[in-house]
Amino acid sequence: MSKPAPKTYLAPGHRGCAGCCDALAAKFMLMGTGPNTIVVNPTGCLEVMTTPFPESAWKVPWIHSLFENGGAVASGVEAALKALGRKEGIKVIGVGGDGSTMDIGIRSLSGAFERGHDITYVCVDNEAYMNTGIQRSSGTPFDASTTTSPPGKISFGNPRPKKNMPAIMVAHGSPYVATTSIGYPRDMIKKVKKATEIEGPAYIHAHAPCPTGWGFDGSKTIEMAKLAVETCLWPMYEMENGELTQVKKVKNPKPVEEYLRAQKRFKHLFTMDGGDEEIKKIQATADWNIEFYGLQ
Amino acid sequence: MTVNVADKDKMVVVEGSYAVAHAAKVCRPNVISAYPITPQTHIVEDLSQFIADGEIPNCEYINVESEFSAISALVGSSAVGARSYSATTSQGLLLMHEVLFNASGMRLPIIMTVANRAVGAPINIWNDHQDSISQRDTGWLQLHAEDPQESADMLPQIFKVAEDKDVLLPGMACMDGFILSHVYEPVVLLEQDLTDEFLPAYDPEYVLDPANPMSFGAFAAPDTYEEFRFMQEKAMQAALPKIEAAAKEFGEIYGRFHGGLIDEYLTDDAEVIVMSMGSILGTVKDVVDEYRARGEKIGVLKVRSFRPFPKEQIRKAIKDAAAVVVLDKNISIGLNEGALFTETKSCMYNSRCDIPIIGYTIGHGGRDVPRESVAKIIEEAKKVASSGITVESQFLDVKEELL
Ligand SMILES: Cc1ncc(C[n+]2csc(CCOP(=O)(O)OP(=O)(O)O)c2C)c(N)n1
Ligand code: SF4
Ligand SMILES: [Mg+2]
Repeated sequence: MSKPAPKTYLAPGHRGCAGCCDALAAKFMLMGTGPNTIVVNPTGCLEVMTTPFPESAWKVPWIHSLFENGGAVASGVEAALKALGRKEGIKVIGVGGDGSTMDIGIRSLSGAFERGHDITYVCVDNEAYMNTGIQRSSGTPFDASTTTSPPGKISFGNPRPKKNMPAIMVAHGSPYVATTSIGYPRDMIKKVKKATEIEGPAYIHAHAPCPTGWGFDGSKTIEMAKLAVETCLWPMYEMENGELTQVKKVKNPKPVEEYLRAQKRFKHLFTMDGGDEEIKKIQATADWNIEFYGLQ
Repeated sequence: MTVNVADKDKMVVVEGSYAVAHAAKVCRPNVISAYPITPQTHIVEDLSQFIADGEIPNCEYINVESEFSAISALVGSSAVGARSYSATTSQGLLLMHEVLFNASGMRLPIIMTVANRAVGAPINIWNDHQDSISQRDTGWLQLHAEDPQESADMLPQIFKVAEDKDVLLPGMACMDGFILSHVYEPVVLLEQDLTDEFLPAYDPEYVLDPANPMSFGAFAAPDTYEEFRFMQEKAMQAALPKIEAAAKEFGEIYGRFHGGLIDEYLTDDAEVIVMSMGSILGTVKDVVDEYRARGEKIGVLKVRSFRPFPKEQIRKAIKDAAAVVVLDKNISIGLNEGALFTETKSCMYNSRCDIPIIGYTIGHGGRDVPRESVAKIIEEAKKVASSGITVESQFLDVKEELL
């Protein structure tokens, strides 16, 4: 028998889509942090759907300031707790989307990590700007269709691969950087908990398939998250003090095609001339991951 | 300014920036977060030294990577309940723009010294007021100091007003860059014991605390958003008497008074009144003294509070003049007017008195405003008093040969 799930501190009744990835991510995150937590949440789907004034889904103290300043606001929260002698036992958590983390907010996050604040930052990576209607971010994968990277007569969609954000955070000297996925709640809860227990700035990058943005049924969020891991497009690992210390092995990787075919954002690869060549390029990314992270 | 005669013995010659940094220190901030930019740098360097010497107890100094983060960090710290301070100017203040609205909307009484400087392009490091004036609608209190002593004395005053439960708004204490920040003058460094008496510890009702979870910065739809704005405006109006009261109480405790919302100099019987903000007032008063010595009835109105804008007080102070001239170190390009001029005109419009008001935009990018230019302005205002307005608003001392 498995242990009962830890308590979470995100109330139901938020305004997310059915099967919302951000809601699952926040729920698992709070299972890892427990109640003695202050959450800093930059603008994005999670923020908007959980706090329609005067309601709030957050059972822990929560602050939203802007889209691009999560790292700095979290720094200020941590510094204030220290200055006022209230830091003991309180975890300061930043949680933002791929857009606020990897693009517009990267300066502020970089500053927070360089300064070594005792915070944990969780990036909920649903691979586009969902809140504004599925535009491309630097977390959008190669060839994915978004509203600002549509396929067309001379395009297969997003022309660039995903930015390797965890590597950037490792380069900041973060003592703990881990990737996880909402398809593996226990993994995520464990890693968040570990991150909060480590002194200094820790970073969790959670892969979070968005049914609305990616084009799949809301009942399949977890399945899609698992497929990303099983095809080796989303490697799950831990890096402690710059060293790779743990990798989730994938014994028999599935072909990426299985993952791509299940999502509307890659549909054009199966209908356009030359699509099969593109799929090969994506398979090459998965193969590279297998090699680089030792996934097998 | 009312001076305490006993102050003479306490005066030390320090840089304006040091006086301000020292004032920030005795206000007992819990979090300071700032990013260097000329001419604010000496303030944050002095504060850093205080921190390095362990002279500010229970305080964290965050060496951020940008002004955007400086003010964002204070949004976080203030929400936790920390007294929070920063200093900036010019490009730094402009970079903060988005966060300024945010801090005010969340009703966080963060205080920031602004060492006023021009904004680029062309890049220029000298004083004018374009930076803070362009933040006027962000919902921050905005006070302007005339000299280094006032720049320092303003800090406990503005903290007190900002943290008042009826106000809860952030505030800018503005001082002219270089002219006040880099001048060495005799000042009284604010006493810790008097400051503790004047400014009690910040004790907010609503803070981020796991023992009592609250959500800050929620999403407000059209059915609730407007009331947030309304309450900000109400708080600004509530600040009007509090600014007066804080200045008065400060005077009682420390023995110095620099004016409340405004400060009047020889305005009672004045036929022409010159209005302005900041350090230029010193020059203006000198010139007016010469006029007075010749028996000419010229007066000076110092506007200390630009936000909230003291309409009533201004109306009352200028209503009996024959002409008013407003000097602005800023311009709204496309309107060809400085903000103090526009707003002074606007607050007189629906009053029953109809006095001619003219404006000059002066001192752009630190251009010197010599006494002769001030005299020229007063002469123009005298003409307006007798024969009406010919030019409503204009630049001062434009070099035709450079155009
Ligand atoms: C300065 C600024 N630019 C743009 C926006 C508009 N905006 C709000 S949320 C958002 C996208 C959020 O994307 P992400 O961080 O990935 O979160 P998601 O909604 O996908 O969970 C954008 C572009 C904004 N609020 N502020
Ligand atoms: S668009 Fe995606 S992230 Fe946003 S609420 Fe819907 S499912 Fe959640
Ligand atoms: Mg996203």
